[in-house]
Amino acid sequence: MKILIVDDFSTMRRIVKNLLKDLGFTNTVEADDGKSALPILEKGGIDFLVTDWNMPGMTGIDLLRAVRANPHLANLPVLMVTAEAKREQIIMAAQAGVNGYVIKPFTAATLKEKIEKIFERIDG
Amino acid sequence: MKSDLLSLAKDLVAALEKGDEVVADGLLDELAGLRETQLFKEIGRLTRQLHDTMVSFSVDAKIAAMTEHDIPDAKERLQYVIHMTEEAADKTLTAVENLLPISQQLNDQVALLSAKWGRFLDREMPLDEFKSMSSEISRHFKESKTGLEQVQAGLNDILMAQGFQDITGQIIRRVIDLVQELEVSMVKLISISGRKSGDQASTQAHPELPGPVVPGVDDREGGVATSQVDVDDLLSSLGF
Repeated sequence: MKILIVDDFSTMRRIVKNLLKDLGFTNTVEADDGKSALPILEKGGIDFLVTDWNMPGMTGIDLLRAVRANPHLANLPVLMVTAEAKREQIIMAAQAGVNGYVIKPFTAATLKEKIEKIFERIDG
Repeated sequence: MKSDLLSLAKDLVAALEKGDEVVADGLLDELAGLRETQLFKEIGRLTRQLHDTMVSFSVDAKIAAMTEHDIPDAKERLQYVIHMTEEAADKTLTAVENLLPISQQLNDQVALLSAKWGRFLDREMPLDEFKSMSSEISRHFKESKTGLEQVQAGLNDILMAQGFQDITGQIIRRVIDLVQELEVSMVKLISISGRKSGDQASTQAHPELPGPVVPGVDDREGGVATSQVDVDDLLSSLGF
């Protein structure tokens, strides 16, 4: 299981990376916005994407749309972890095909619960 | 201009006295033309003045709106940054304060037991003492397990507390944008009042992405999820 973590704040990437390690996911890669994430995804081998929304260059919602539009990546599970909390935005993300939505600041338990829920759905 | 008019008028009088109507007509047209150019120039000047006044008025209104709304709003956002950094520091310090005695206690136990273990290896320990050491070792294992679990949980708390950097960073970026916008407006106002209107830099009043919800500021008008429970409720209402 290889996970790509996309966030423009390196502190947040480290937090998510450490939480994932604690949950048993040790194989992670990082990118600081959608533009640098996309080539990593296109190269293949990523099984799960955790992304922020508000990033310079390419935002998380545009990354999500690009992922869903690419036939090789269309089924990739995507978890959005973001401070964006407007109802329209959450609906927009849902319509773009997000698999889970966590708002910052979040707890370790919330992240664990959402990730487990996504995997449950994929396996089931 | 005046001398132009005067010489034209003199020529006109001369032409009329001579009864040369063709020349007189031409001179009259020329005079009217001069008059019109002046009128247009004056209209042009008035239009520019009106435009400048309108622009300075809108800049005025913008600065007024900023001082009335955006500056107090920024103050509340910065207050929230103080609150978040304080909370993160408190969480981290509490975790460290809880963890230090645990690590100290385990350290003391290890020092005590390793001294005893040394005496045992040197065959200097009577059987009774060995028996009591065995039970101490068992107890140490048990306490180490609970202690290290607490350390693990505390370290996780410290890790999570660092999330403030992302949130406060986003909020501060927005306040910097506001300060820049204010600066641009002030410069524009100064250049207008100095009648040296330069290029008008366009500013963005509201960022595209609203970013972190600041309690008491962004949740006043509703329409935002203030907790993960809100998000989950909304998504489940959409069939998630």
